[in-house]
Amino acid sequence: MEFMGYVRPDGKAGARNYTAIIPSVTCANDVANAICHQVQGAITYQHHQGCCQLPPDLDRVTDTLISLAMSPNVANVLIVSLGCEGTDHERMVKEIAATGKHVEIIHIQELGGVSKAIQAGTDIARRLVIEASGMQRQPVDISNVIMSIKCGASDTTSGMASNCVIGYVADKLVDLGATVIFGETTEFIGGEHLVARRGVNEDVSKKVFEIVERMETRAKSLGCDMRKGQPTPGNIEGGLSSIEEKSLGAIVKSGTKPIQGVLEYPEHITNQKGLWIKDTPGREPEILTGMAATGAQFMLFSTGRGAPQGFPSMPVIKICGNPNTYERMSEDMDLNAGLIIKGEKTIEQVGEEAFEKLLHVLSGEMTKNEAIQYFSAIDIHTLGPVI
Amino acid sequence: MEVKLALKVSDLDNVATIFANDIKDGDQVEIRDKKGNSEIVTVKGDVPYGHKIATRDIHIGEDINKYGEEIGIATKEIVKGEYVHVHNLDSKRGRGDWKEAK
Repeated sequence: MEFMGYVRPDGKAGARNYTAIIPSVTCANDVANAICHQVQGAITYQHHQGCCQLPPDLDRVTDTLISLAMSPNVANVLIVSLGCEGTDHERMVKEIAATGKHVEIIHIQELGGVSKAIQAGTDIARRLVIEASGMQRQPVDISNVIMSIKCGASDTTSGMASNCVIGYVADKLVDLGATVIFGETTEFIGGEHLVARRGVNEDVSKKVFEIVERMETRAKSLGCDMRKGQPTPGNIEGGLSSIEEKSLGAIVKSGTKPIQGVLEYPEHITNQKGLWIKDTPGREPEILTGMAATGAQFMLFSTGRGAPQGFPSMPVIKICGNPNTYERMSEDMDLNAGLIIKGEKTIEQVGEEAFEKLLHVLSGEMTKNEAIQYFSAIDIHTLGPVI
Repeated sequence: MEVKLALKVSDLDNVATIFANDIKDGDQVEIRDKKGNSEIVTVKGDVPYGHKIATRDIHIGEDINKYGEEIGIATKEIVKGEYVHVHNLDSKRGRGDWKEAK
């Protein structure tokens, strides 16, 4: 089984072919955004990190931006640096170039300010998108797929319909030799024993308990009940009464296969196959960034209440478990799993529809959020304070 | 009139989920499990789409189970058929407000 992808110098296969305009720090966002708007085929990551943070967080931001650039969906890269940021823009250039990708950098302070940087950056980005536009798709084996999965704006239909469909697809892709990655550590709370026992060895199982404890300790640090933070008011209105109930429905989407290991937030997949966990929070801007940084070509995203957002360089396929929501928001939903709740289709039937859809999306078909470019709200998950 | 369904996921569960609009206090629903066993109960409370009812009496402090797993504890006496949600179910996790937090 194959899809039509862009083969990169490091051997990975992309489903998209973007020029990434990457601000090395939030203070470079407006310049990156202006350049991105001026050239066709460019995307940017408008994050809010990169300065006045403790060194482990600065490394985390640098590593995440490098991993985003390493995504097979990115053809080439322009880094927009202010010049005095805390992130390591030199290391970004070095490590991205090491993958064989064309990478350039501009410094706003050195170029003499915003307007001059926009002009210089636009000229470079124009050359980069023209270079990317000459690249061709070619047939690549399905085992090159890296699928990320997530549920957002969940309700009780998620755990009984749309997440079951994702679980079906995840199992199928793992059987075909591909890679599947799931996260949302907060949404293991109460179901972590079920996740941990699927670890391929004791170390993996222990790590699952560790990341859940780390996340729960963080959640409890302000001395309050985490309810309203997780589950969200929307989850509660949708019938989810506790984080435990939300988690038990959420982990269904990981399917049934053994878990090979746990990746830290900024990490990039190299040659790992099978089912993996990435330690991420549940909130969309941060987890979508984390999953794109993994190198996932796309995300299969389940929702009950109707979450419309995507990500700049990673197509997000929306699958809706709630038939009422699907009826209201079908323009934002790519697949309807609400028919499972209505008893009109089986999990396997919708699972096969989802599989068919992802093959099309991998080969170039746009998802609904991609088509209307609903994907600018992104961020990088950091751990310490802004100082 | 067609009786609406309340789905019980596991034998260990003491709640079932109703996927139907406009379920009102006093309505009858059919609790059904995966094996096809069914039982008609009278709903106590107005239950929104996708919310839960008790499949048996649940005592205060008792665990509430769904998917065969614990999803919280009862903070009130709950009778069979009664609406179960945040007003009578408390989460045990992420409780920074509990001194001896688990």
